[in-house]
Amino acid sequence: MIDVTALTKTYGAHRAVDDLTFTARPGRVTGFLGPNGAGKSTAMRMMVGLTPPTSGTATVCGRRFADLPNPPREVGVLLDASAQHAGRTGREILTIAARTIGLPISRVGESLEQVSLTATEADRRVRHYSLGMRQRLGIAAALIGDPDVLILDEPANGLDPAGIRWMRDVLRGFSQRGGTVLLSSHLLGEIEVVADDIVVIGHGRIVAQGTKAELLAGAGTFVVPADPADAATLVRACTDAGVEVVRDSDGGLRVEAEAPAVGRLAHRADVPLAQLRAADGAGLEEMFLQLTADTQRETPAPLRGAAA
Amino acid sequence: MSTTLTPAPAAPTGTPARAPRTDLTRPPFGRLVRVEARKTFDTRAGLWLSASIVVLAVLATGAVIAFAPDEALTYEQFASAIGIPMAVILPMLAILSITSEWSQRSGLATFTMVPSRGRVIAAKAVVSLLVGVVSMVVALGVGALGTLVGSLLTGLDPVWDVSPSEFASLGVANLLGMAVGFMLGVLLRSSPAAIVGYFVFTFVVPTLSMTLAAFQDRWADAQPWADFGYAQTALFDGWPDGEQWAQLGVSSLPWLVLPMLVGLWLVTRSEVK
Repeated sequence: MIDVTALTKTYGAHRAVDDLTFTARPGRVTGFLGPNGAGKSTAMRMMVGLTPPTSGTATVCGRRFADLPNPPREVGVLLDASAQHAGRTGREILTIAARTIGLPISRVGESLEQVSLTATEADRRVRHYSLGMRQRLGIAAALIGDPDVLILDEPANGLDPAGIRWMRDVLRGFSQRGGTVLLSSHLLGEIEVVADDIVVIGHGRIVAQGTKAELLAGAGTFVVPADPADAATLVRACTDAGVEVVRDSDGGLRVEAEAPAVGRLAHRADVPLAQLRAADGAGLEEMFLQLTADTQRETPAPLRGAAA
Repeated sequence: MSTTLTPAPAAPTGTPARAPRTDLTRPPFGRLVRVEARKTFDTRAGLWLSASIVVLAVLATGAVIAFAPDEALTYEQFASAIGIPMAVILPMLAILSITSEWSQRSGLATFTMVPSRGRVIAAKAVVSLLVGVVSMVVALGVGALGTLVGSLLTGLDPVWDVSPSEFASLGVANLLGMAVGFMLGVLLRSSPAAIVGYFVFTFVVPTLSMTLAAFQDRWADAQPWADFGYAQTALFDGWPDGEQWAQLGVSSLPWLVLPMLVGLWLVTRSEVK
């Protein structure tokens, strides 16, 4: 369980993190999504006590991180996979962690196995690791204390598709055993495949949060008439029904309603359809793109179907 | 956020969701010291820096035997030849033990594993102290060996002309050098800055102070009490007397104690990125 309340960090006049409040719950993967520079890393550093907050609080397992007696036994943290002494081997880095935490050295081999790093790789110096290997090592270090909570900053960065799938399975499994996972990413796709809950942050502020289902439901339905000439008819039918509709560039329509309702509308309007499906994350993606592009906006774009 | 969590069904491995842990204790200080000691030697840089103390001691001893005139092969000759490289390397070790956490960014992991940074820094201080003491004992041994080998080669009796109190004061001088390194480490938290700072501190500042003293009587009078480097020179002429200790203590306040306190405060407060 991670509880963040009104967390704020200012650097001079710049508000890097602005009044952040959310909860990451046990048994769920919470995705922390935002463009680069949105304040994700600063917020995460505040959660683990590396950066003193200007105001607000963050607790992990019910306590301030700094008050945890032996943090790695409760919270696994990976903030930057490259932040390791390049001259140490992967095995040595895990050994230092195990010794610090007070774990038997056998845990080193176990956690190497958990992240599929071979013995040969483990004995190489981190300087020679690819970013993907560093991420695996970082995950191993986070998991070594067998924690209840994971806080991971951009853990999928540098992983190949197989690695991303592996990461997703690791985090899924961890949360299914009752663990809490908070992971950040600047890529919607990465968050989408693994998160149960999503917190979207832009310019230090939360612009949307909710379950993935809620946020994606806001995306509406994507529909393509069998005959392109029918598009106008369908648009009219939707507007007459008071349903918002947007024309796509390639002949499709995005309708702000559930698929069955759109199907019925099309049927009544006598428009045969070539496609009818939930518009996958387009709403979230659109909001996210807007967030990335629009740096001037003070008030965040309202997100359909989600409590911001 | 509308979903309240029902405890997830047990995964195939069968580990149930856990209750908050109450059995955890913070890592004992001795463990932190052992971990920091390990970190001092587990990189090539750290290992060679430490090994270089021994290597340079042996080289210096060899050089004294090879180049010094026979009657100069006294223990003091060996001790001072070995002491010079040591006086440079030991503070570097102290500096790097602190600054590598920032320069190599390993502090991100170190200070999330042990959030009470003061305890980590204290463990590092203990390790630096131990490394300093052990190196000096090793240097003593190498110097003694050199004296014996020298006397064997020249046929003259070995000359043991360094008293225990002289050893002790040289030891204090070396430990003070390490303390200065440590202070610059916590104050600057950057390897290159602290190393440059150390050389400025030990070579540039004393020269400036001497020059100033030559032209300004008031500084010349104040120098023993205000110039830390100057006060330390007493340590190289045998065991200091009471006034010299007082001068060391007073001059260390602005040059060592105060910046150390500021540095320690910064270390515990600053952002680790």
